[in-house]
Amino acid sequence: MSALQIDGLSIARGGRTVLSDVTVRFGAGRLTAVIGPNGAGKSSLLEAAAGLLAPTSGTIRLGDDPLPSLGRRELARRRAYLPQRAGVEWPIGVARVVALGLAPSLPAFGDLPAAMRDAVERTLAECDLLALRDRPATELSGGELARVMLARAIVGDPELLIVDEPTAGLDPRHALDAVRRLRTRADAGRTVIMAIHEVDLALRFADDVVAIRDGKLLAFGPTDEVMTAPTLATLYDVRTHIRHDEHGAAVRFLD
Amino acid sequence: MSRWINPLLAILLLASVAVSLLAGTVWLHPGEVTGALLHPAPDLPGLIVREIRLPRVLLAVLIGGILGLSGAVLQGLLRNPLAEPGLLGVSVGASLGAVIAIYYGFSASFTLASPLFGLGGAFLAAGLAFLLARNGGTLALILAGSAIASTVAAATNLALNLAPNPYAAYEIMNWLMGSIAERSWDHVRLAAPFILGGGALLLFIGRALDVLALGDTQAESLGIAVGRVRWIALIGIAMGVGAATAVAGAIGFVGLVAPHLVRPLVGHQPSKVLVPATLTGAIIVVLADIATRVIRFGGPPINLGVFMSLIGAPFFLWLVLHVRSRTA
Repeated sequence: MSALQIDGLSIARGGRTVLSDVTVRFGAGRLTAVIGPNGAGKSSLLEAAAGLLAPTSGTIRLGDDPLPSLGRRELARRRAYLPQRAGVEWPIGVARVVALGLAPSLPAFGDLPAAMRDAVERTLAECDLLALRDRPATELSGGELARVMLARAIVGDPELLIVDEPTAGLDPRHALDAVRRLRTRADAGRTVIMAIHEVDLALRFADDVVAIRDGKLLAFGPTDEVMTAPTLATLYDVRTHIRHDEHGAAVRFLD
Repeated sequence: MSRWINPLLAILLLASVAVSLLAGTVWLHPGEVTGALLHPAPDLPGLIVREIRLPRVLLAVLIGGILGLSGAVLQGLLRNPLAEPGLLGVSVGASLGAVIAIYYGFSASFTLASPLFGLGGAFLAAGLAFLLARNGGTLALILAGSAIASTVAAATNLALNLAPNPYAAYEIMNWLMGSIAERSWDHVRLAAPFILGGGALLLFIGRALDVLALGDTQAESLGIAVGRVRWIALIGIAMGVGAATAVAGAIGFVGLVAPHLVRPLVGHQPSKVLVPATLTGAIIVVLADIATRVIRFGGPPINLGVFMSLIGAPFFLWLVLHVRSRTA
């Protein structure tokens, strides 16, 4: 499995620099949380990491391959990307939505090959979606939809999984569930990147943390080294206290 | 259900085509029709079937099919159930081209002038939409399309306004109402290559339309070149709908209605809507054409476009209410 190495990445959008000179490494088998205030450049970093946003300068390599050297379809097979508030626009059945994740491996015409149907079944089971398989995706609750979209993303077993705010709009139980599933992917040896606002979830589940503020890398490293009160205070511009008790560590913002 | 829908629709289409060969001012026996098709002889039934009804029903199938297919593609591409081929300015472009041919009298000296000018108009309008929406996304394409459509429609009205003589105005009006009466094999030969070619292009992007149900960003991440798919759709629709409008005038609502009739039957998956919507569009136009021949109110026959709008507009109303009740 391959790490994603980003060197000296700068990105301009509409003439405005949104990221400048970011160097980070997303390790294989590790869950990396990207944190930072709104508008810090988290989503741009994720889109660039997914190969969907061309950098102004800098290089991005998946394993040994520079991203631009990978063909559109090959890249789509090797990495999956879920944008914020990912959804489905037609009332298509859940199983068919999950099967869309195999699109990069499909021929232009015809039905799903048998081997791929097995992959869909496996993923449905893995994401607890068997009971929902024929439900129209537009009629699902937020938590269910989040599971379906994750299933769509991992059905092709991509080595790199990038998820932008997997917990947005979810209640605590579903948010925990969503991050746990990403944790499972990382434990299975895949490279997993998530942008997240719930710092407690990052603190609890992530191996590494990338902290971005104003388009610049503020800190990068193992979670317990980055998630310190001074760093978080600088990052969010809020007085911060990290409390340790018998349930582990929790971040409290004091202002 | 979804496995049977295509064979079922194909049988329905064949049946309506058969009825179309029988029906009209002169009703024919099935025996006369098969005789006319199998043993060409210069008798009355033979001439009616081979020279009038066969090209007419073929045009109905081609035009209805491409309108249904284009509607299905556009609704999938824009993820909007209210999208229809007219949205891109292609059909009004074709109308203006044909109107210019009538206005300047080209069509009086040369029968195929209006369809040829119509094709030119369709490509011009589509090309303009291309240029305007070049760097934008789907929304830019809709906006550019409707801006072109309104401008071109205004130009068509100007032609009516300034028409050199009442006869030209009448002919323009009649053409704008859409009809496939008095069309010959020449019209079939002119339109068929564009309609078939455009249709093939549109069928080719079915898989991409499925993935686009996840939105542009996710589709892009799944290896779909969204920009390229948009252009293929626009070219296919310009060719197909442009040619259809060029020979038959404006026939609305088929592209809007046909995909909706079949979508629930195939589980709403955009790629699976394409073929049934094509067949349904063809059936609708063939049946409507029969109706315009059979239903007479003493005066001239009702034009196909008018008839379609009469049925289509109430359906559109129902659709709006239905969509609102589902999203509310």
